[in-house]
Amino acid sequence: MANLTSNFIGIKSPNPFWLASAPPTDKAYNVERAYEAGWGGVVWKTLGSEGPPVVNVSGPRYGAIWGADRRLLGLNNIELITDRPLQINLDEIKAVKRKWRDRALVISLMVPCDEESWKDILHRIEDTEADGVELNFGCPHGMAERGMGSAVGQVPEYIEMVTRWVKKHSRMPCIVKLTPNINDIRKPAEAAHRGGADAVSLINTINSITSVNLDSFAPEPMIDGKGTHGGYCGPAVKPIALNMVAEIARNLATRDLPISGIGGVTTWRDAAEFLALGAGNVQVCTAAMTYGFKIVSEMISGLSDYLDDKGMELSDLVGRATPNVTDWQFLNLNYVTKAVINQDDCIKCGRCFAACEDTSHQAIAMSADRTFTVKDEECVACNLCVNVCPVQDCITMVEVPKGGLDQRTGRKVGEYANWTMHPNNPSVAAAE
Amino acid sequence: MPNSPQTPGIVAQRLPSGQVAENFATYQPAYAAHEARVAADRCYFCHDAPCMTACPTAIDIPLFIRQIATGTPDAAAKTIFAQNIMGGMCARVCPTETLCEEVCVRELAEGKPVEIGRLQRFATDSLMAKGVHPFTRAADTGKRVAVVGAGPAGLSCAHRLALHGHTVTVYDRKSKAGGLNEYGIAAYKSTDDFAAREVEWLLKIGGITLQTGKELGRDMTLESLQSSFDAVFLGIGLGGVNALGLGGEDMAGVSNAVDFIADLRQAADKSTLTIGRDVVVIGGGMTAVDAAVQAKLLGAQTVTMVYRRGKEKMSASVYEQEHATASGVTIVYGAAPVKILGAGKVEAVEFAYESGETFTLKADQVFKAIGQTLVGEPIARDGKKLVQRAGKVWAGGDCAAGGEDLTVTAVAQGRDAAEEMNSVLMGGGA
Repeated sequence: MANLTSNFIGIKSPNPFWLASAPPTDKAYNVERAYEAGWGGVVWKTLGSEGPPVVNVSGPRYGAIWGADRRLLGLNNIELITDRPLQINLDEIKAVKRKWRDRALVISLMVPCDEESWKDILHRIEDTEADGVELNFGCPHGMAERGMGSAVGQVPEYIEMVTRWVKKHSRMPCIVKLTPNINDIRKPAEAAHRGGADAVSLINTINSITSVNLDSFAPEPMIDGKGTHGGYCGPAVKPIALNMVAEIARNLATRDLPISGIGGVTTWRDAAEFLALGAGNVQVCTAAMTYGFKIVSEMISGLSDYLDDKGMELSDLVGRATPNVTDWQFLNLNYVTKAVINQDDCIKCGRCFAACEDTSHQAIAMSADRTFTVKDEECVACNLCVNVCPVQDCITMVEVPKGGLDQRTGRKVGEYANWTMHPNNPSVAAAE
Repeated sequence: MPNSPQTPGIVAQRLPSGQVAENFATYQPAYAAHEARVAADRCYFCHDAPCMTACPTAIDIPLFIRQIATGTPDAAAKTIFAQNIMGGMCARVCPTETLCEEVCVRELAEGKPVEIGRLQRFATDSLMAKGVHPFTRAADTGKRVAVVGAGPAGLSCAHRLALHGHTVTVYDRKSKAGGLNEYGIAAYKSTDDFAAREVEWLLKIGGITLQTGKELGRDMTLESLQSSFDAVFLGIGLGGVNALGLGGEDMAGVSNAVDFIADLRQAADKSTLTIGRDVVVIGGGMTAVDAAVQAKLLGAQTVTMVYRRGKEKMSASVYEQEHATASGVTIVYGAAPVKILGAGKVEAVEFAYESGETFTLKADQVFKAIGQTLVGEPIARDGKKLVQRAGKVWAGGDCAAGGEDLTVTAVAQGRDAAEEMNSVLMGGGA
């Protein structure tokens, strides 16, 4: 059993699996159940300013999309920050933290964009003994209309300003949570860094409408015949989140900034992928909301077994894949692979054929007895057949070795050469 | 004391009426919407799908399953009915395990095919329950066609002809239309009077007149039909039953399985039907299985099916054989009947294995199910069946060459004959 103990910006937890700030972390009851289940830490659901709490809708708060067998793939929500009185949250946080010393407990905050408001809330949370704060600059619905959440997160100057206030008025470690609803994720991360943030966490949810009610002609989730965009999360957003994590991890100005990875983490493998791209830990929400807190057991055993198999420490994994994230222009254009269909595994559904014949390169042949074979002379190695095949690993991409013949081009596979070196590149031609 | 499975002889009410009704109602329940969604999710939407090729009516199975999966079962039903107007009955009686489901790629992948038959039933039931007939008849062509036999072949043919605007008269010797769907399908497979409801629904296309109680050769001749109609379709089925050719065959207690099956179908309260305590069924086809299983459902104490050849030669599918044994039927392979024993009424049947060794099975009731045969030769024969076409007379279904004694094949042949007739009648030639 690998040691999964995590130290993220000085915040220790028995494993790198935290629950993200969201409904599962709204009160002591849930948080304690999470700790009992084995979660390493939680980010308590976002607290607002002193005063009457926000009010949530009393109609549906969530919308979803599903895959086969109604497996939940994407969830969106229009819930706001905590709708419980501030003092109740503070009391519960303090009590829970005292009871669960070995677990991480970070408080998510969102107050109006003025220094007094931030100073005040930081003062209020001081004696909870929480491990740190996370600034919610990500929430894309509701609160953004009131100049908070993603309304701040979309303006790097505001991020920097508020982060400075927080660092000025608190000694707690400060994580800035970023919204993905921007053009270039590096800009808000750089702003947080300049403001003195100890880390960034990402991604918060993505602006979304999950579906449209075709009888009422309104978006879902629908409230009395109307709908609004909500924040999208779950397995469907993982690829977007992974890219944003990698962008920050490999960006010169932010490469030393710790990252808490969020976005569709559902299994140990998802978590390991975030860690490999540079996240120091991960935060989970939708998977817990779909299956309950018990899933952390699988995450713990899976990550542990993986690290043991690889003979790695947790810290060895963090950022291990980051150096291999590069720009398209540096990809090796002389790397040639061909699809190979394992006839023993093939169930003859023909989806590879339909995909290739109708939409790609006509590189798969179909015989009268439904044997599907790759035509190397046509195959550009696009990988679509691999992706549409229902049987995992039935179709694989096999590298043509250096010096081997590429049947499609009639040329031998050469040495590494990328676009910056390619004769078709106008910049290369201009330089000559 | 009421009768029980142990009561000797051929008697009624071996089981309480409610028990018998339940036995016949619970064979394969219809999918609930949730089950249908889950089952439909398993379809891979194969290219040039093997299931579609295996279907004698070439239903676009991946398409109709996708239509179910996307919440449009009525559209799925239209996809089915466009190819097979009796898709509802076929969903109940097709041996899918030897047709579409046998070649499903998930059968190859996991040994568990997509349940195409049950999905088809879900879709067709959904539309039929609304009383909607999804097709509209073309403008009247002025052409008149006679269809002899209101079974699957005849009705399929009539529907397609009517669809093209022809005027059709369907004759049947029985008092009800439906043919084997009405009289020959096991009662537990076609519950709630489905065959009759299907006929009524099918006729909603319009342009079809049904004349029951009219028999070819008795009430009309082929010549008279040819002179009063522009074309004739014969879907007369196999009216005769093969005899064992053994002594004692006419003894009391010995009867044809097809008659037993027909009686079951027509009985409102099946517990009123008589059944033996020790029942022997001779034969290895679907008729034999249907008779044996239903004898058990009525409460017979022992039911033994005896087939003269090996398991692998049996025309009833492995699935059907397993269904029979699971129902409590014992199947004996490789034994032929030698003698029917008894005094006035049957008491036992003597069988012989291929080795010559003999054995005797106690029996107070014997059902013969060794095949049906063509009666009458209105047009030329092709082997043991009628040719599919002779001039402006077409034949299809069990009576015709190429028929496989399956409802679905009969539907396909009726439909295809109608297309050819339409082509000929409208001057396109064929």
